[in-house]
Amino acid sequence: MLSVTWLLIAVPLVSAFVLLLAGRRADAYGHWVGVGASASAFVVGLIAFVQMLGLPGEERATSVHLSSWIPGTELNLDAGLLVDPLSMTFVLLITFVGTLIHIYSVAYMEHDPDRRRFFAYLNMFVAAMLLLVLADSFLLLFVGWEGVGLASYLLIGFWNQRNEYATAANKAFIANRIGDIGLIVAMGLMFSTFGAVDFATVFDAAPQATAAQLTAIGLMLLLAACGKSAQFPLQSWLGDAMAGPTPVSALIHAATMVTAGVYLIVRSAPIFNGAPDAQVVVALVGAVTLILGALIGMAKDDLKKALAASTMSQIGYMMLAAGLGPIGYAFAIFHLVTHGFFKAGMFLGAGSVMHAMNDQVNMRRFGALRGAMVVTWVTFGLGWLAILGLPPFSGFYSKDKIIEAAFVGEGWQPWVLGGAALVGAGLTAFYMSRLFFMTFHGKARWTDDQHPHESPLLMTVPMIILAVGSAFLGLILASGDRFTHWLEPVTGHVEHHEPVLPVPVLIGATLVLVIAGVALAWLKYGGRDVALEAPTGSLAAITARNDFFQDSVNRAALQRPGQHLTRTLVYLDATVVDGAVNKQARGWAGLGEASRRLQNGQVRSYAATMLVGLVIVALIIVVGGR
Amino acid sequence: MNFVTPEIAWAPLAPILIVLVAASAAILIEAFIRTPATRRLVQLAVALVALVAALGTAAVQWALLDGAGTVVMDGMITVDRQALAWQSMILVFGVLGMILFAARTRAGEESFTPLGSTAPGSIEETLARRKGLQLTEVFPLGLFAVGGMMLFTSVTDYIFLFVALEVFSLPLYILVALSRRRRLLSQEGALKYFLLGAFSSAIFLFGAALVYGATAHTSYSAVAYAMELGGANDALLVTGAVMIVAGLLFKIGAVPFHSWTPDAYQGAPTPVTAFMAAATKAAATAALLRIMYTSLHPLEWELSWLFWAAAIASMALGTVLALVQTDVKRMLAYSSVAHAGFILVAFAGLEGEALSALPFYLLAYGLASIGAFAVVTQVRERTEDGSVGAEAVRLGQWAGLGKRSPLLAGAMSLFLLSFAGIPLTAGFVGKFEAFSAAIAGGGWPLVLIAVVASAVAAFFYVRLVVLMFLTDVPEGAEDDIAVEDSPLVRLVIWVTAVATVLLGILPAGALGLLEDAAVLLVSLGA
Repeated sequence: MLSVTWLLIAVPLVSAFVLLLAGRRADAYGHWVGVGASASAFVVGLIAFVQMLGLPGEERATSVHLSSWIPGTELNLDAGLLVDPLSMTFVLLITFVGTLIHIYSVAYMEHDPDRRRFFAYLNMFVAAMLLLVLADSFLLLFVGWEGVGLASYLLIGFWNQRNEYATAANKAFIANRIGDIGLIVAMGLMFSTFGAVDFATVFDAAPQATAAQLTAIGLMLLLAACGKSAQFPLQSWLGDAMAGPTPVSALIHAATMVTAGVYLIVRSAPIFNGAPDAQVVVALVGAVTLILGALIGMAKDDLKKALAASTMSQIGYMMLAAGLGPIGYAFAIFHLVTHGFFKAGMFLGAGSVMHAMNDQVNMRRFGALRGAMVVTWVTFGLGWLAILGLPPFSGFYSKDKIIEAAFVGEGWQPWVLGGAALVGAGLTAFYMSRLFFMTFHGKARWTDDQHPHESPLLMTVPMIILAVGSAFLGLILASGDRFTHWLEPVTGHVEHHEPVLPVPVLIGATLVLVIAGVALAWLKYGGRDVALEAPTGSLAAITARNDFFQDSVNRAALQRPGQHLTRTLVYLDATVVDGAVNKQARGWAGLGEASRRLQNGQVRSYAATMLVGLVIVALIIVVGGR
Repeated sequence: MNFVTPEIAWAPLAPILIVLVAASAAILIEAFIRTPATRRLVQLAVALVALVAALGTAAVQWALLDGAGTVVMDGMITVDRQALAWQSMILVFGVLGMILFAARTRAGEESFTPLGSTAPGSIEETLARRKGLQLTEVFPLGLFAVGGMMLFTSVTDYIFLFVALEVFSLPLYILVALSRRRRLLSQEGALKYFLLGAFSSAIFLFGAALVYGATAHTSYSAVAYAMELGGANDALLVTGAVMIVAGLLFKIGAVPFHSWTPDAYQGAPTPVTAFMAAATKAAATAALLRIMYTSLHPLEWELSWLFWAAAIASMALGTVLALVQTDVKRMLAYSSVAHAGFILVAFAGLEGEALSALPFYLLAYGLASIGAFAVVTQVRERTEDGSVGAEAVRLGQWAGLGKRSPLLAGAMSLFLLSFAGIPLTAGFVGKFEAFSAAIAGGGWPLVLIAVVASAVAAFFYVRLVVLMFLTDVPEGAEDDIAVEDSPLVRLVIWVTAVATVLLGILPAGALGLLEDAAVLLVSLGA
């Protein structure tokens, strides 16, 4: 069974091609083909999962050889899949959440003339993402990595008739390219260090490499992860990526693709284990991003952009955990899974709200939606409780473990990292509650033409399923450390470490901060009237609202010098390079004109050419050969 | 007098026989089905069924082949995996070519003249067109050409090789002359092709006669054996060998035997050009491979002069002349001359690698050629009264094609990049394999020149890409170009494009098969 895991990738890929090639005639049923492809991938994944459960822990990693890909002398590459508990976790998350979102999209995109194309891209995304997590070498992973980037680009710019949306797509693409340089350089370093880029060889040889080599590779992998997972300093694209249709934001920019960076770090654990310096940088990047995202989330009035900021912040938590080394890997993935459920659920809820409110995203125009949209309110509320980290909801089990793990260690690290994680929990509680109260509670601030109504069943059922997951998944997976044991073959067994503060104190402090955050939000936004226009606010608020002026920083630090550089290069290219090429081409062309005279169109001269050529060669050979 | 019926093993010949029998049957169909429309459909069906059946039989033969292969008809023909690989390739080109033959424009115009015997521009021609006559003989002619080429790859006797050469050449001469548009150019090209072809056939035949005179044998292996014994007259033998090779270099289109290429490529109906560019080169390369590896290898050192000179001259002249062309078809013709040079590079040292590298190279080149010429058939001029006219072959007319039809321009770019040997296309893998074979054979100076020529050649390929995508449609010329969308041509373009990409990304499967085919059977003592 495990040997047919290639079907996981093949089915959605074929479906994507069929949908793209079939053209308009498949418009009537194309979306169901897309749903079917995603669902069958889930079924295959589920069967493989059940089979894997039947195996003892150490036998659960299976390599599936597909074909020899680039046979060569030095870099011999086979295309193969690696099915182990880590990739299986992702397979289930991607196909399950993916299928729900496919179903949701059937209704959400109902009135879009290009719904079939949308499903083709979604299928393409699922295929590429599965390739990313199932690949058994960095190079094949890179193929999937680029594939999801392409799908993300196509989907962010899906409504590219709006110029700003197309720009947002470009921005995401460029930020990702910067990250990709990291992955390419990392592969180059691996090849020069280990002579291979497949997981097995690289990870086996990693302990023998020097710390400096591993640190360099690790930092380059981190750069790649930052681009894909919108981590500081490459985070600016995620907010703009919300230009895509909301199901896309839920699937790609919340549940799966943006977490690929975390996957990359955890997958490369053997490299990071030998590079403590790189690990600290990973954890710091995570800590900075989690605070930064939370602050941005506090100031945004755009529902989807606030959720995007929250995604950024939550992935910061995962990065932080991944940077802690073996004690954090399992919790990073655990939080990734629960986050995949509750954040996707909330995005779908946001989509449902937008569906009801004529695509309005300004939260200052919402309020009191709980009456009009009960299902959305309840499901979104469960997601909200989960992200707050209140027991017994999912986020509590995953996030609390990260906070605990962050407090483990010596010297300044536990205090800085743990402190950031703790403060982040309070900030999260505040901005998520602000978002929740502004949308569903308080007084209605709707414009006259808005008549909110509950969404159709096709949309609410996926929301309900995800909400159930947000509520109970954490409890189920955490009881008896089930999830940690499941991942143990990949992340390794870890001895228990005591945090610098007692665990009950940490849990207590977290809960106090969270409740304080919720209470503050209720006082400011739940109980009181909310102004229709955002107040000018303090300097801090303006800074956060503008994404910490990241765009301006990018412009000053990268874009302007870059433009100067390109202008200079264009000038040099036009005068020096093109000049040389054109002169040379002119030279060749002159030669061509001269030889052209030989081709004068007369058969007799053609025949003469042949004869003369033959005679000359024959003479040389016969006479010269003696 | 005692006449002994020869024992012939028919089964190994089945792929060739199916095609040739179908060709003969197709001629009868010409006589019996009178409605042009029905006849066209029946002919197309017969041709495709025959080619696909032959392809299937070739696959069965491949699987059944015991050991290296079978010698048939007393050493006249040898069927081994190498031959079957080439035959299958030619059959694939044949299928794609036949589909192009059958394609029509939106207005129902074919690529072939309604009546070949009429003078261009005459009243008879107009009458024939009005009456809806159709020249469906192109299908049997195409089948004969395919059959002859298949035979050509498998023959192991100089005299029989000449027969096969003529079997596939004569139909091609006729096909070149049958263009629907620009008929004078077409007839001129055909006549030149015929005259020079006859000239080169004569050279070949004379060479074979000299070799017979020197060794008293016409069979490949017997000639080689006689040479090894050393009892042969040296000058006679070398001159004969040079002339034999020259005759084949004509078919490959290598300098100085290339002069027919631009005129024939330009004048021929584009579907014929597509088929001819791909299949003739493949068949001639296959025959040259077999001769060089099984018959003339004792003269390797002497003949290497000819190969090196022809390779360098082809690469240089083909590339340089392609730079100054303003006609798409002529540009592709000179590019094919340059490719003939690249093919000859792989012959350096007669290494075993070439036996799998060259089939792959020709497959990649053939697919891109058929695809590129198929695209050419779709870009047409619009006449003054708004109807769709002849193909737009001036380079300037291709400006901004990317805006008119992104798919077509994208496919064309893919084929051009494959010609140029850019990675992730089949052309790259082909060049890589061919040059590796040459380096293994000590031909690194040739490879050096080939790489430089490839770099210069990239200039004119990329120039067309730039023209299609980065140049705007000239002001006021928006309506001058009409883009056709014949479903048959689209099919061919899709198939060749997908194959070009697949062979570029995942070449391992095809290369593995061809490595199995890198065996030539030599029969001794005949």
